[in-house]
Amino acid sequence: MHTTRARIAAGALTAAVVVGLTSCASAGGGAPARGGGFEGRGPINYVAGKDVSGTFRGVVDQWNREHPDEKVTFVELPEQSDQQRQQHIQNAQTRSDANAVIALDVVWTAEFAANRWIEPLPEEQFPLDQTLPPVVEGAKYRGVLYAAPAWADGGLLFYRTDLLAEAGIDKPPTTWARLRSQCGQVLALPNAAGMSCYAGQFEKYEGLTVNFAEAVQSAGGAIVDENGKPTVDTPQAKRGLDFLVDGFKSGLIPRPAITFQEEQGRQAFQKGQLVFHRQWPYQHALASKTDGSSAVAGKFDVAPLPGADGPGSSSLGGWNLAVSSFAKNKATALDFVKYMTSAQRQRQNLEAASLAPTYTSLYDDPELVRAFPYLPTLKASIMTAQPRPRVVRYGDAAGAIQDEAYAALTGVKSSEAALADLQGRLDKITGGR
Amino acid sequence: MTAVLSRPPSDRRAGSARLGALLVAPTVLVLAVVVAYPTVQAVWQSLYGARGIDPESGFVDDTEPFVGLDNYAVLFTSAGDRFWNALANTVFLTGTSVALEIVLGVGMALIMHQALRGRGLVRAGILIPWAIPTAIVALLWRWIFNADGLANAILPGQVLWTSEGLHAKLAVVFADVWKTAPFVGLLVLAGLQVIPKEVDEAARVDGAGSWRRLRSITLPLVKPALLVAVLFRVLDALRMFDMPYVLIGARKESVETLSMLAHDEASNVRFGPGAAYAVILFVFVFLVAFAFVKLLGADVVGDAGKGVRSRKTRRAKVIA
Repeated sequence: MHTTRARIAAGALTAAVVVGLTSCASAGGGAPARGGGFEGRGPINYVAGKDVSGTFRGVVDQWNREHPDEKVTFVELPEQSDQQRQQHIQNAQTRSDANAVIALDVVWTAEFAANRWIEPLPEEQFPLDQTLPPVVEGAKYRGVLYAAPAWADGGLLFYRTDLLAEAGIDKPPTTWARLRSQCGQVLALPNAAGMSCYAGQFEKYEGLTVNFAEAVQSAGGAIVDENGKPTVDTPQAKRGLDFLVDGFKSGLIPRPAITFQEEQGRQAFQKGQLVFHRQWPYQHALASKTDGSSAVAGKFDVAPLPGADGPGSSSLGGWNLAVSSFAKNKATALDFVKYMTSAQRQRQNLEAASLAPTYTSLYDDPELVRAFPYLPTLKASIMTAQPRPRVVRYGDAAGAIQDEAYAALTGVKSSEAALADLQGRLDKITGGR
Repeated sequence: MTAVLSRPPSDRRAGSARLGALLVAPTVLVLAVVVAYPTVQAVWQSLYGARGIDPESGFVDDTEPFVGLDNYAVLFTSAGDRFWNALANTVFLTGTSVALEIVLGVGMALIMHQALRGRGLVRAGILIPWAIPTAIVALLWRWIFNADGLANAILPGQVLWTSEGLHAKLAVVFADVWKTAPFVGLLVLAGLQVIPKEVDEAARVDGAGSWRRLRSITLPLVKPALLVAVLFRVLDALRMFDMPYVLIGARKESVETLSMLAHDEASNVRFGPGAAYAVILFVFVFLVAFAFVKLLGADVVGDAGKGVRSRKTRRAKVIA
């Protein structure tokens, strides 16, 4: 009796286990429907991440008032970008026509384009000549435009103006060597007791991909060359990685920084623990708050990232809008993409949600520069920015980069060994079959 | 009614068999849809590889190549290192956390059972961790295990808990024990409450001390409930995903479990290898569950040979 019951219970449990495990293995396969021009008008869905600031809801309402026959429904996805990507992929797998216009992180462009989940866009209908060139590059796959830039992002070097002035330094560093020497001067000040020199995002996640790519690019290297071939086993890449590895070894970068994502670093900078901090522009507004949450309000400024021998190069961040291959009413979808990415909308996005525009002209607008003093520096940063490796299997490539860079930063591997291993792994990932 | 009774016995048996089949049919149907189909689908999917990329057009192939058992064979090459590491992590995390949970859970159950004044308060207090969703618990502990978090403020030195290393494993075990020991406690408490008071009193009259009574009366009598608790926890812990994923992070060698590995493969649009890992984990969990049930059964039969069967069976009935 007892045994039977236990067996039944165990059977039921295992059943639950199976369901839990297998639900992630959805059926893949089948040819996706191919485009056929942008035809059809009518209601569509616009699918993007959570509208934290509320800006996009307003813009969609505005569109709906102007286009009563082509109503757009705004579908909000979770805030985490990997969850958004998974929902988009699931939709593509089932070839659902539920999504028409989708917001894509710039790093997904190659994957979505190569899988033909999104339609190539008519390039001549977008004002690409007025857009920052690296942003346009990031929206292309093999020379074809697949998405319209909606907003951009670039890394900045936040630095403490008060401490640099006190140490008699008049300009922020443009090279790593100068960053090191300026740190030496600043940390010798009594006011800088207990501070650390530099931090970025070094936890094992996408932020590490960004920081590794920036270090390699800023030393003149590249993760993949223009033909998409990996080139990380090079002296330039080693010089870049060594900047970070030596930084940890010498204490230039504080030990806890290996656990830093954006927010942990921001906390440290706002508490006045860092002289220099590699960060996205969003930190500017938060660190400027005078409500007591920031100890460095009015005491910092931003500069382009430093490099090995001269100014460095940022990773390109940002989001683009694309039209799903499986959508109905693609003519409406295309119009909506143009509407959402126009200069006027991007000005609204900047003013309401601090999202950096992709149009050159907005960076030179005196009114905007007054409200967002970091704009000229951000423009310089984005102009030197490189999209992160544009490989179809981006998730695997980013994973391999994170594994190897993390091993080098934590001293598990020498930087030579890490880069040699990374080269081998990236060769396999980009090798196709 | 009379017609049924007048039928020959064999016919009646066939009739009730038909009725029985009819009655279980809905259950079988539901199980087929929600259990059998996904399982077969996963096994089938695991025979397919990742799509290739056409070097000419740059487009991903439309179909997934059939690779047979390659997804399984690859585990025995150097490419399988990540799998074996994940398997070892899964076993380690399950073993340590369940062992600690049992000890603490039994302790909690004894306290909950004994506490007279404020009994409800103690029980509610002990059960709170179990009531919080795992992801929230993981976030909570992530905050505690932060570089400048509470754990480092209390302990000497600065341990970077969420970085790779044994400390990451310990952090996961600690948080998991905190969360699920109350569950074990609850199940064991249920077992304790059905033990007749007279047995304990008889032992007391016979002069047995409290340690002796715990070892010879309470623990043997609560064993069936405890075994169910252990089985539940082991099966649950073998599928551990959210705790290490949220607390320490994805792709961390120190704490990556089989579930996390399968998730990582699937999220990189390699459903074949992902399904293969899921199938292996399923078989592994199934074997563990099966072994457990067998051991449970073997115990009853084994004792029966020593002539204590009747007592044992009565106890089992009380518990069940």
